[in-house]
Amino acid sequence: MQYHDIVIVGGGPAGLSAAVAARKAGISDILILERDNVLGGILNQCIHNGFGLHTFKEELTGPEYAARYIAQVKEEKIPYRLNTIVADITHDRRVTYINREEGLVTIQAGAVILAMGCRERPRGALNTPGYRPAGIYSAGTAQRLMNIEGYLVGKEAVILGSGDIGLIMARRMTLEGAKVKVVAEIMPYSGGLKRNIVQCLDDYGIPLKLSHTVVDIHGKDRLTGVTIAEVDENKNPIPGTEEYYSCDTLLLSVGLIPENELSKGAGISLNRVTSGPNVNDRLETEAEGIYACGNVLHVHDLVDFVSQEAALAGENAAEYVKRKTAQEEEKNATEDGTRKSAAPEGESAAAEARGDVKPAHEEPGRHKVPLIAADGVRYTVPQFLETDGMRDSVTVRFRVADVYKDRYISVYYDDQLISRKKKKVLAPGEMEQVVLTKKSLAEYPRTERITIRTEVE
Amino acid sequence: MEVKELICINCPMGCPLTVTIDGESLSVTGNTCPRGEDYAKKEVLSPTRIVTSSVRVSGGSIARVSVKTKTDIPKGKIFDVMKEIRAAHVDAPVQMGDVVIADCAGTGVDVIATKSVDRA
Repeated sequence: MQYHDIVIVGGGPAGLSAAVAARKAGISDILILERDNVLGGILNQCIHNGFGLHTFKEELTGPEYAARYIAQVKEEKIPYRLNTIVADITHDRRVTYINREEGLVTIQAGAVILAMGCRERPRGALNTPGYRPAGIYSAGTAQRLMNIEGYLVGKEAVILGSGDIGLIMARRMTLEGAKVKVVAEIMPYSGGLKRNIVQCLDDYGIPLKLSHTVVDIHGKDRLTGVTIAEVDENKNPIPGTEEYYSCDTLLLSVGLIPENELSKGAGISLNRVTSGPNVNDRLETEAEGIYACGNVLHVHDLVDFVSQEAALAGENAAEYVKRKTAQEEEKNATEDGTRKSAAPEGESAAAEARGDVKPAHEEPGRHKVPLIAADGVRYTVPQFLETDGMRDSVTVRFRVADVYKDRYISVYYDDQLISRKKKKVLAPGEMEQVVLTKKSLAEYPRTERITIRTEVE
Repeated sequence: MEVKELICINCPMGCPLTVTIDGESLSVTGNTCPRGEDYAKKEVLSPTRIVTSSVRVSGGSIARVSVKTKTDIPKGKIFDVMKEIRAAHVDAPVQMGDVVIADCAGTGVDVIATKSVDRA
């Protein structure tokens, strides 16, 4: 069986950044597997600007941002396969992929980095009544049709959901001469970034109706209109508030779901809130040597943070491979020297192949501290820390459950308040972060859990 | 004295800005970086935007090449710029950074390609 030190599943922003970081950390044998016919992932269709301010200190469009990383991958001569779909990943890191040139191939990976990204929540998940006429697209599909394939998807549009892609598409369609009549959002707040409301809706006078949803879809062959109604606090439509909008296009921007079928296949359990794997502070999943980063781990707002997170996964996977290689060499040296080994070699190799080798985080002596999301914090990534192998600082990312004003974000080690930071506004659409330091944790070596919560005063 | 509340659009942080206009002088609070102050002043005096779109490509591996105005242009000129972008057309290959439309709609700003498109 072919072996590669690090196999990266996905050649989008996360996969590219992880590859470059792993190479810089000294791993030469890396392979990126990408199902599309180009690298760069979703950035290729995100032609708007606003990418890269954190990473490159300048404002780039999606394709330009991707090009920077693709250039690094090519400069470092990191191998990649395009038009290649990964069919299966096992718990012990065997990766099976398919493409036209090689057919079906299974390779053994020293470490795997999951960077498959996410996909859009479809209409079927919404239970919207009506026929299935043409003209209903997920916002990202419409984005691809317009920006890559060159079709104007419609002339009069209504957008359901105020996620960023929906907002971006409202502007995009307007610029291309379509009339965007309204953006309806079922929640009482927008799911998108504030800047996108300003520059995509306000700039063009497109109304945003909060606490509104589509209650009926009209038309049989082609969409002819939708009915929008206000919803109550339980998200049930309020009778008498229905309004009809004629339109030929309905775009859905109603959420993104990490694409974790392969992770599930590898026996990795998923977090119920993020729909991504649970990971430790090194972004390692439950399966030893399998790391996750980017939108497959949790859906991000900013590609800059995806790149940061993925670089960390790349570095950690590199460290893991180097540690394993060193252990192997040491073991072989001892065995050669004494000409006897505690366990017959075949047996230990078989145990390893079955994945029976204890995951690093279950080794005795390693202190595992869960991170608890509480009081308005919906989740944290990572979900737990291992204080022994911890880096000097660990960035914990999270989202809040509702729109909050003038609240603190507080960090507790058990019942001890460690830090708090006042935030004027917190919103579910905007990812937040806190940084935990090794130094501060060392002062509380007996910490059993770390809680991140919002507090009013 | 006039006070205006803005949301900075320079980056996805979306800082809430407060601009106080007192005759000739402007003061900005709420920004977390110098870009915020620049944006607020500009937004009050003469708002500008970068326009991104795509242009038809002939003979390319894909049908459209993504483009942007090289720098921001006056907000009032967005649709004039779009009119030229929609009428434009290039032949593959296109390199990222190539000028697709020089001095678009009299703004003095070029429209440049933001991706490379190879020949099909």
